Amino acid sequence: MTKNPLKDKAAGPPALANSDQDRIDITRKKFRIGDYLAEKVIKGVAFLSITIIVFIFFFVFREAFPIFSNSKVVKPSITEKIAQAPQETYGAVTDKPIKQSKEVNTQTNGAATDSSQVQEQYGVQTIEPEPESAGDEKEDTYTVSAGSGFDDNQSALKTLVTKDWVPVSQKPRYGILALILGTFKITLISLLFAAPLAILAALYTAIFANKKMKEIIKPTIELLAGFPSVVIGFFALMVLATFLQQIFHYETRLNSFVGGIAMGIAAIPIIFTITEDALTAVPKSFFEASLAIGASKWQTAFFVILPAATPGIFAAVLLGIGRVFGETMIALMATGNAALMDLNPFSSVRTLAATIGAEMNEVVFGDTHYNVLFLIGSLLFIFTFFINAIAEFYVKGKLMKRIQGK
Amino acid sequence: MITSFKKNIKGVVIEGITLASALIIIAIVIVMLTVIIIGGKDQLSWEFLTSFPTDGMTKGGIFPAIYGTALLVIIMSIAAVPFGTITAIYLTEYAKENSIIAKTIRFAVRTLAVIPSIIYGLFGLGFFIKFVGAHIDGAFFGGELKWGQPNLLWASLTMALLTLPVVIVSVEEALKTVPNELRAASLALGATKWQTIRKVVLPGSISGILTGTILAVSRGAGEVAPILFTGAAYYLATLPGLGDQFMVLGYHIYVLTTQSANVDQTLPIQFGTTCVLLLLTFILNMTAVILRYRIRKKKTN
Repeated sequence: MTKNPLKDKAAGPPALANSDQDRIDITRKKFRIGDYLAEKVIKGVAFLSITIIVFIFFFVFREAFPIFSNSKVVKPSITEKIAQAPQETYGAVTDKPIKQSKEVNTQTNGAATDSSQVQEQYGVQTIEPEPESAGDEKEDTYTVSAGSGFDDNQSALKTLVTKDWVPVSQKPRYGILALILGTFKITLISLLFAAPLAILAALYTAIFANKKMKEIIKPTIELLAGFPSVVIGFFALMVLATFLQQIFHYETRLNSFVGGIAMGIAAIPIIFTITEDALTAVPKSFFEASLAIGASKWQTAFFVILPAATPGIFAAVLLGIGRVFGETMIALMATGNAALMDLNPFSSVRTLAATIGAEMNEVVFGDTHYNVLFLIGSLLFIFTFFINAIAEFYVKGKLMKRIQGK
Repeated sequence: MITSFKKNIKGVVIEGITLASALIIIAIVIVMLTVIIIGGKDQLSWEFLTSFPTDGMTKGGIFPAIYGTALLVIIMSIAAVPFGTITAIYLTEYAKENSIIAKTIRFAVRTLAVIPSIIYGLFGLGFFIKFVGAHIDGAFFGGELKWGQPNLLWASLTMALLTLPVVIVSVEEALKTVPNELRAASLALGATKWQTIRKVVLPGSISGILTGTILAVSRGAGEVAPILFTGAAYYLATLPGLGDQFMVLGYHIYVLTTQSANVDQTLPIQFGTTCVLLLLTFILNMTAVILRYRIRKKKTN
């Protein structure tokens, strides 16, 4: 293939062309405003992608930021006086109207809205118009001193690293540990399902399949990639959940297992495509050399091609993780959406992305809950960004080195 | 003899396992397609497609959702396709292959492609609605809430960001299939670089741009997460304008399956809507696959 002539201004026969260039110099150097503008516009637009990334980071984090700052205006309606059990991080009793509890209540934290139980669990709790109460200051390690006023966000920040996700209650707690655990659990399940399937299928397509099979498999995978996730979610919710329950006889119909399988289906095209690319990128000479020294086709496939393409497969799995991690609609529809802290694959889970999707519509803009959701979004963004960066730089560099034999 | 036979058995078994994996994936696709199409085919009728929901969304059609989806993807394409095409032109025609700028842009494009769609939703809310919209309101409407709330425009633009990498990748692939001899010939005739791009390169890759657009439309029609809080609405009695919230097929499915009071009652509508959405994306994707197949064939010729 010849080089793109538009790109090499500098290239070309230098010595010979010089005289020619002098001759046509007048027309060549003529300033063409159209060309100039086009180039500038095209260059400018090309930077859009980079700008968007920066903007996404900036604006998602911007909405999450108030949670880290002390400067938030003290809500006059909030008064509190708390004595807390040491394990409990924070309890705020507000006398503003209690928002209706959504479906977040679970076995573990469903009691939070019940004030009598709250008292039993968390000790003395009274609502007083006076925010200052010197006696309680000592007991309560978390509330800010009376002088600086009560700070909703600071306390919310302190509850982040707990397991209770009860954003809508008298005592909102934003513990994201259960959400993180749920997300990882479901990611693991979907990977265990999707990765072997997709990698083996890619191996078949790249090495064993004849042309006709390839022409069936590849478009099918492309079609699967085009399935909207809401359709996969619907399928999981209506068909797969019932079907799997009949096989495995577990209790809750919607759980991390169903959600994991459904997300696996969504991740298969990504893992397959990248693995297949990596496998076909292995030079033919590897294949031929292996066959020449007497290895069979499958030995070559497993002991030569597959190892050579390992970094690429690793990248494929990483991007599959990224896909599952941020998958929202399937998580919303097929996982049961209860923030439980257990490792049972057949119990309901609530993922980070699903939490954002389910609750963002119902929060008050600018509220602590709103900020926490954006904080979760920032976490998701940072996580996927780094996954992609690893897949891009580390893995691809290694792959190239290995294939080129450096 | 014996060892080679053993080897053969092992080879056959292993090849069989890989084949089985491929077949399982194909089976999953076929099962999903058939279940949804069989479940929804009774519901599909001209009336279902062209009438409004009635009886608290338990009966009637899905016309507003189709209308909203159509508007969404049209506005989205208007925003995404030109920018995507221009970025692709920059990457193939202007940028040097290994320059830092080109590498960074490529990295950015791939990052855009893997960012979860819900993050785009958050960005749409944080940027378009809370920042751009709020400032427009502050500047032109005296602080009255008009553009600083979820609507069709912001949802479409959010979706455009999501589909931008799809367009860029497809167009880039198509631009690369234009033979360099054509570019050289054009330049040799005295055309400038921009003239060459406009008159030679772009017309030669029009099918690629079309493929990119189709793929973007298919993606945009199916995604729900980005528009959850940038404009999608549960139910609207009127058809939306640019500044209104709107109904959309994917969100309609989500709402009916998870938020409605009586899920079983609306089951036929759910299947019908899912079927419509699936067929829509299926047909679009098929077209794109065929178009792309042709482009690749042209490349190998």
